[in-house]
Amino acid sequence: MTADGPPVSGESLAALVSERSILVCCGPGGVGKTTAAAAAALAGARCGRRSVVVTIDPARRLADALGLDSLSNTPTLVAGDWPGELWALMLDTESTFDALVSKYAPAPEQAEAILSNRFYRNISGALSGTQEYMAMEKLHELHDEDRFDLIVVDTPPTRNALDFVDAPRRLTRLLDNRIFRLLMLPTRASFKAVNVATQTFLRTVARVVGSEVVQDAVRFFQAFEGMEDGFRDRAQRVHQLLSDPGTAFLLVAAPRPDVVAEAEFFADKLGEADIGVAALVVNRMHPRFGGEWSEVDRERASTLAGTPLGPLYESLADLRQLADGEEGHVAALVARVAPAPAVRVPMLAADVHDLAGLSKVGEHLF
Amino acid sequence: MDPRGFCRQSRLVIVAGKGGVGKTTVAAALARMAARAGLSALVVEVEGKSGLAAAFGTEVLSYDEVVLSPASPDGTAEVRARTITPDGALVEYLEDKGLRRLSRRLLRGGAVDVVATSAPGIKDILVLGKVKQLERAEAADLIVLDAPASGHAMRFLMSARGLLDAVNVGPLQAQARDVLEMLTDPERCQVVLVTLAEETPVNEVVETAYTLEDKVGTNLGPVVVNGLYPVLEGLDADPEAAAAALDVSLRPGEAEALRRAADFRSRRQALQAEQVGRLSAALALPQLHLPALFDAELGLSQIDRLADALATGVEALGVVP
Repeated sequence: MTADGPPVSGESLAALVSERSILVCCGPGGVGKTTAAAAAALAGARCGRRSVVVTIDPARRLADALGLDSLSNTPTLVAGDWPGELWALMLDTESTFDALVSKYAPAPEQAEAILSNRFYRNISGALSGTQEYMAMEKLHELHDEDRFDLIVVDTPPTRNALDFVDAPRRLTRLLDNRIFRLLMLPTRASFKAVNVATQTFLRTVARVVGSEVVQDAVRFFQAFEGMEDGFRDRAQRVHQLLSDPGTAFLLVAAPRPDVVAEAEFFADKLGEADIGVAALVVNRMHPRFGGEWSEVDRERASTLAGTPLGPLYESLADLRQLADGEEGHVAALVARVAPAPAVRVPMLAADVHDLAGLSKVGEHLF
Repeated sequence: MDPRGFCRQSRLVIVAGKGGVGKTTVAAALARMAARAGLSALVVEVEGKSGLAAAFGTEVLSYDEVVLSPASPDGTAEVRARTITPDGALVEYLEDKGLRRLSRRLLRGGAVDVVATSAPGIKDILVLGKVKQLERAEAADLIVLDAPASGHAMRFLMSARGLLDAVNVGPLQAQARDVLEMLTDPERCQVVLVTLAEETPVNEVVETAYTLEDKVGTNLGPVVVNGLYPVLEGLDADPEAAAAALDVSLRPGEAEALRRAADFRSRRQALQAEQVGRLSAALALPQLHLPALFDAELGLSQIDRLADALATGVEALGVVP
């Protein structure tokens, strides 16, 4: 389907896919980030690169098209007729975290103590930002393997763009937390005074959540002792990778006012972290047909109501009104990210759920 | 069923759905439908970033209630709204338990995360616990909870059961039990799921419906299908022939624009009909259909148009299974 949309400046986006080594697709939830990420990786493979897409939670049929079953936390080769390679993997937060713990534990017993701890299981599954952290961790891991030219990461639908830029540091911050430092002290007699206060504190917390929960937490922090440095180094390296010139951030949005507001907030936050938006993709824009006579369409729809031309003018006027409204919402965002290119992807006549659909999105993007 | 009766079925209605399906708008429309039936409504949002205030042209929502639309002499009741954050709920909860000093210390030390991490779903339970308190206090005739988006909504609603499995003593366990009791009592609470007539949202809403019934045991109300294009008939008419027959002159390129717009519309209409059919086949719940709005901005008049459409749909309930 073609549409008389606003002009598309696609060259630079194509350049990102063919030249950068890491693309991070970020943006609010429900705007088609996963689709954009998959389309970018496909475009990379099309221009001869070995590309891999790390997705968070693709729609079932897209996952099937990419050959991903729910458990593939390692790259799967997607068969297809292109000069490069396309690999895909679906992030499994918990097993990625487990692997990280095993890697930094000085002894297998220590790793085991942590992995079986109930508090750890809660952290790995539920601590806010863990999914973001593990997405970045996976990125780092793939980058280190050096088998891909282009890594495209889909990010979880986060409220705050910095959540994933910041995610790797969050655990170390948690470990640095004053309360946690106190939790690790009970073994050291010289801090007896602090100890009493801590014990009182813990008893109070235990009154609310139950003592088992508190004991699990204390054991967890004791088991973690000595591993913080490894985690801190790793977080630092992930952060460097994100600010590397080979890394580009692709902001994905949809033409709805709430989404645009959130995307602007994203762009601001990224800017604060000295990370620029390399390109903006606005998905699912309604096509706008015809020239500049929009004000008469609605009029004609009503004067011609009841005739065969009535519904035709009505559909034209409805679409125009939608498209103009959407363009109005998007314009400020486009200006906000300039000079980064903005690409408007028209709403397709069908949902994107296979490689053919991805190619179609790709045609508009690259 | 009349809208008033519908709104009186349970004091709490939880509106849930995937991001981008218009959950917040539906929550607002439900609240306005209740208000226009003379029932006061309180919209509760939990993610701290709802577009409600903008739509109603009021100040930004906070932990304290704000009035979104006042009561009027024609019998319309007021709609209020507020935010419930885990931190706010935790402080209030601890203070209620006489642990004011602890709450200050927890917040200051940045240790809310410790407590929140020490048992699964603790933040969600704190928020739902506060909702339960509002429901018990009859804070409004109808309380509409704008649930978190997508996957989080499930975790949110399943938190009570999860916590009951993990924590077996203490006030939090009692809290979780009370919340679960509310969620599973059809006289007190129902869940309205919102979707679009598109493939992925339909799949997700079906999955959510089954999971909520099996894993939480909540009573599911009708499914709201949002954003439906009003069906236009006769889109296959040939613009040139029709114009000639009516003696209307078309400008250059106009016939082509009309044809392509009609083609786009009829393909989207066919797609949405197919998806509505798929939803009906997969989920034996009544549906309420809301029209797509073509306006650029969402304001009170648009929300009221949706409230009208909801009321029309509700009136037809009970007739069609």
